[in-house]
Amino acid sequence: MTQTRRSFVQRNPSVLWFMAAIGLFTALVAVMSEATGAGLISTSFVKTLGKTLCLCLVAIAMDVVWGYCGILSLGHFAFFGIGGYAIGMWLMYARTEMIVTESLANQTIPATPQEISDAIGNQIFGVVGSSEFPAIWTFADSLAMQLAFVVLVPGLLALVFGWLAFRSRVTGVYLSILTQAMTLALSLYLFQNDSGLRGNNGLSGLQNIPGFQDSGQDIISLVFFLASSAALGLGYLLFAWITDSKMGNIIRAIRDDEARVRFLGYHVESYKLFVFTITAVIAGLAGALYYPQAGIINPAEIAPIASIYLAVWVAIGGRGRLYGAVIGAALVSLLSSWFTGGGAPNINLGFYTIQWVDWWLVLLGFTFVLVTLFAPQGIGGLFDKLVRKS
Amino acid sequence: MIRALLCLVWLSVFVSAAAAQDLQHILQTHADEVAKPSRGSVGDVVEDLATSGSPRAALFLEQWAEKNVWRDDASGRFFFASEDGETLALTDIDSGAETTAPADGFTQIKPNGGVRRVISTVLVQFQLSDPDAERRKAALESIARRGNATQLEPLIASLDTETDPDIRARKEQLITFLTARFGDDPEKRVAAIKSLSSDTSVEVRAALSQILASSTGVAPTRPEGNIARIIDPTNTPDAAYAELVEAGLAPPAVTASELRAELEANIVEGRVGGVPVAQLDTKAARQKAYSALAEAGIVPPLVTEDDKLEALSSHVFYEVYDEGNPAITDAARETLDAVETRVGWAQSVDLTLDGLSLASIYFLAAIGLAITFGQMGVINMAHGEFIMMGAYTGYVVQLIVPDYTLSLVMALPLAFAITFGAGVAMERLVIRHLYHRPLETLLATFGISIALQQIAKNIFGTQARPLTSPDWLGGALVISDVIQISYIRIAIFVLAMIFLCLLLYILKRTRLGLEVRAVTQNPGMAASMGINPDRINMMTFGLGSGIAGVAGVGIGLYAQVTSEMGANYIVQSFMTVVVGGVGSVFGTLAGAGLIGFLQKGIEWLNPSNTLAAQTYMILFIILFIQFRPKGIVAPKGRAAGD
Amino acid sequence: MTSLLEMSGISKSFDGFKAIDNLSLQIGEPELRAVIGPNGAGKTTFMDIITGKTKPDEGSIRFGELSRSLVGMSESQIAMLGIGRKFQKPTVFEAQNVRENLAMALKNPRGPFAVLFYRKSREGAARLETIAEDINLTEHLARPAGELSHGQKQWLEIGMLLAQDPRLLLVDEPAAGMTAHEREHTTDILKRAAKTRAVIVVEHDMEFVRRLECRVTVLHEGTVLAEGSLDHVTKDPTVIDVYLGRSDAGH
Repeated sequence: MTQTRRSFVQRNPSVLWFMAAIGLFTALVAVMSEATGAGLISTSFVKTLGKTLCLCLVAIAMDVVWGYCGILSLGHFAFFGIGGYAIGMWLMYARTEMIVTESLANQTIPATPQEISDAIGNQIFGVVGSSEFPAIWTFADSLAMQLAFVVLVPGLLALVFGWLAFRSRVTGVYLSILTQAMTLALSLYLFQNDSGLRGNNGLSGLQNIPGFQDSGQDIISLVFFLASSAALGLGYLLFAWITDSKMGNIIRAIRDDEARVRFLGYHVESYKLFVFTITAVIAGLAGALYYPQAGIINPAEIAPIASIYLAVWVAIGGRGRLYGAVIGAALVSLLSSWFTGGGAPNINLGFYTIQWVDWWLVLLGFTFVLVTLFAPQGIGGLFDKLVRKS
Repeated sequence: MIRALLCLVWLSVFVSAAAAQDLQHILQTHADEVAKPSRGSVGDVVEDLATSGSPRAALFLEQWAEKNVWRDDASGRFFFASEDGETLALTDIDSGAETTAPADGFTQIKPNGGVRRVISTVLVQFQLSDPDAERRKAALESIARRGNATQLEPLIASLDTETDPDIRARKEQLITFLTARFGDDPEKRVAAIKSLSSDTSVEVRAALSQILASSTGVAPTRPEGNIARIIDPTNTPDAAYAELVEAGLAPPAVTASELRAELEANIVEGRVGGVPVAQLDTKAARQKAYSALAEAGIVPPLVTEDDKLEALSSHVFYEVYDEGNPAITDAARETLDAVETRVGWAQSVDLTLDGLSLASIYFLAAIGLAITFGQMGVINMAHGEFIMMGAYTGYVVQLIVPDYTLSLVMALPLAFAITFGAGVAMERLVIRHLYHRPLETLLATFGISIALQQIAKNIFGTQARPLTSPDWLGGALVISDVIQISYIRIAIFVLAMIFLCLLLYILKRTRLGLEVRAVTQNPGMAASMGINPDRINMMTFGLGSGIAGVAGVGIGLYAQVTSEMGANYIVQSFMTVVVGGVGSVFGTLAGAGLIGFLQKGIEWLNPSNTLAAQTYMILFIILFIQFRPKGIVAPKGRAAGD
Repeated sequence: MTSLLEMSGISKSFDGFKAIDNLSLQIGEPELRAVIGPNGAGKTTFMDIITGKTKPDEGSIRFGELSRSLVGMSESQIAMLGIGRKFQKPTVFEAQNVRENLAMALKNPRGPFAVLFYRKSREGAARLETIAEDINLTEHLARPAGELSHGQKQWLEIGMLLAQDPRLLLVDEPAAGMTAHEREHTTDILKRAAKTRAVIVVEHDMEFVRRLECRVTVLHEGTVLAEGSLDHVTKDPTVIDVYLGRSDAGH
């Protein structure tokens, strides 16, 4: 029996379907947005959709690291947050600089560089009782540097942390707890006022993009929506390619029996490190696209619970299949904002009124338990069953 | 003179009962001196009053000094009086009989400051030898709070007759303090100071620092006097220069904003001092323009950085002791250092106690987890919510049973029962279906955790609920000024110890423990020997959860009860179990100890920032696991392998 | 016959229990060797030590012409040197198909980036086909390994070993759970493999060992009790005493 060479797309028909779906979706939203004048979809909903796309991107990263490689990382939302902080620093600095320069320009005597820098420092760090720029803001004025940090900081952190953890063969639930500890340490650190990142105030006003002050939010939101959509598409392609390559075989083998892979001569730690790091980088990028749409980032975003929600999305969507992660993230995060935003009708039981704002988390929690028990392959698993039957 | 008076007072104390004399009579004898007392003449009066033996002599002196004595212009008699509008409320000095009279016919007697000091010195003596021990104590505490030189002699004089050993000791202590601070003889002072070196109380440290009180100053050359140290002004140049300006030794510096304001005020035809306004966007250009203005005499001259440094280096910044005698300040410094060293030791003992109590809290929070995680390999993310359920149980019981002791006694078993039930239910409904999928157990129990947390929030609200401890748990065990520990923390420690023993007993000595260990080691074999693994798992899980409930009551007593309190403990609890070594009660103990002490240690190094302490703590744990992945008490042998 | 693997003075104890006690052993290349011994003789620990899963307390293990010491190397390094291992319980990657299982084992660069950019080659495919034929799984190449029968999984694992192209094969109880027919085939595969390389078979089943027709090493309490042909060792009174004798006497 000889095997005929098949193309990447032939082997992965889902990639084609996904690309078509996201392309169509993007085009529809773009046409119906306020920016085109149609106004069928409000600017704030375009933002919600754009943010959801970013969450889908970090969810597929999570799916690769957990669903494919078997590392239940409870730290990938921390990488997402770091990406957000890195870009947020530039956004906040550049915008404050603009405002400050404008206000100083009205004075009789032109401002010195020192005065400008002091005024920016005052604006940004006044809330934490400081006006000095911490060392980590050294490159905040350079978009290129901060963009590099979006990739480098999560990447390096994942590399160092992963190297330490994998090297000492911390696996399974221990690793999960360790990653959770990392996330907790990071968020606690950021909560401090002297962390240099404005403590629990976080970074704000990120929806105002310097250089685009003349464009309305309707345009900006659409641009970010399109960028998020492109990023999700490219991310999907990247991960589909990785998981389809022989690398995909190895990491799934590591998930199923790590020791056996070692006896085949593979250096398991390097593989885990590779997957952990590249997914962290993608998570960072997703965060850098998400937070300008959200407008604000604070340490609560990075709290361990966020990373667990990420795992919940992937589990509900279906592990080990990239589109499952997308379905899970989109469905749960949109449902969540529908329920908590007061969109869902309250249920009057006569003696008690179920207000979804209060009871949504209870519903989610128990649904999640049921999914884990009865549909461990998630929605994607049900989907696969249907496809196989037809 | 005072000395003589003091002796007389002594006499009076003894003769008082025997030969009480009419005070009014004595006062009339010295009527002029009483009515217009002066420092020189008051001695006789006081002498007579002191020897009078009247029990009201002290009262008179007090009232006299307080300007509450009035004289009837007509009869010349003296009264205690208080003014009430136009009338006076009079009290007879000897009998205490009260009358009223119009204020017109009376003159208030107003002793001057010198006289009042003489009187108060004698008064102190009266108080220090008052037959009522409580009044003596009160007088001593007043001296302790506001000591001054005049109290020393009366204090020494009162020592001989002191019979109460406690008060006597206190007097001796205060004599030492006062001698150290105000004694006449430098040698005695030094001796007194040195004798303090073994006492770590706040009082001693305060007394020593008062001797070492100093003030800073600046002068062109090193001044005379007992110089504590010479300060290097270059460490804080701006503050030092400001000091120079204040002392009038240097011209005021022009701040950046003042400079700017001056420039703005002197713009002439788009130029300042010849420099075009548009070019004033650097510091150098601004200084140049300002200098030009200064040369023209429009503004005060510019003080450059170099000028400032020059001024700083040509002056001596010093700190000088208020006390002039270097021998005394040296002794005090030496003694204070010795005391501080002792305080340091005491603080480390205190820190150890703090660490111990934190460790007990972590132990209580983690031990239930150690059972479920260690014995069954089940990750229970809802463990923190069981702690919360226990705490809320305590809160609800307190709502129903108002007696705090009784409600606590009821809450402990009830919390155990409720969380035991919840644990068993969770094991039956969820966990037993996931025994071979640990990561999914983690996620499913997490789902339960968010649901439970939200339910608690819906029932009890987001506001923190108090769990009040009974009165006998209030307060603290004070060992010294430095070492003290609250009774609640002791109670939590005791609770942790009880649990440790109970658990060891259950696991090592009971049938249940035997079966639990059998199921842990080899479920198949255990089942074939007639042990029902299902039942054992259920019981183990119930036990672990029940302990979490009891821990919740304990933790609720010292922390606030909120729906999120469990989440605050869950990561730390996992850390405790992992660091300690999974599956070992002693491991959990060691883990809790390590984490508790370490956290307190880090907090001590950086006391202002508990968040940072937790951050560093977690980083340490991550590193620790690198070197001991199996924890402190590692499982040994072949079982340790995969 | 040059010696490929040389173990000398290896000891390992767990909590005071000596699993391996001053064990010395030499394997030549090519050679087929059976290691037998009662339960607890230290057979599994012996394999763990060679493959780097367990670090010995003392002693040395040297491998190959360069006599490289294996002590302290990681599992993957040892595997890359050319030592393959088959576990007692068949461990194949059940979620992946037979072809993927074999492809992962094929001798190719093992680094993550080499693997990420790996492209299938004609030689690789040909070699894979040969091995599949060898282990009787040609028709099953596209099936998930999880669907195979127990015996087929054993063969697949042996096939994965062969695909690694190791110089030394460690095979733990290959015949466990096989039908008589399957056993025969397994014997053939092992004998064929031993023509070009060293193969160590740990086995309980005396019949199976007899069919291998090779030199036998008897382990007892972590040390070599006897070595030689099966007939020779089964006549050894000490072997009869500890091994056969005990099984006769029962417990």
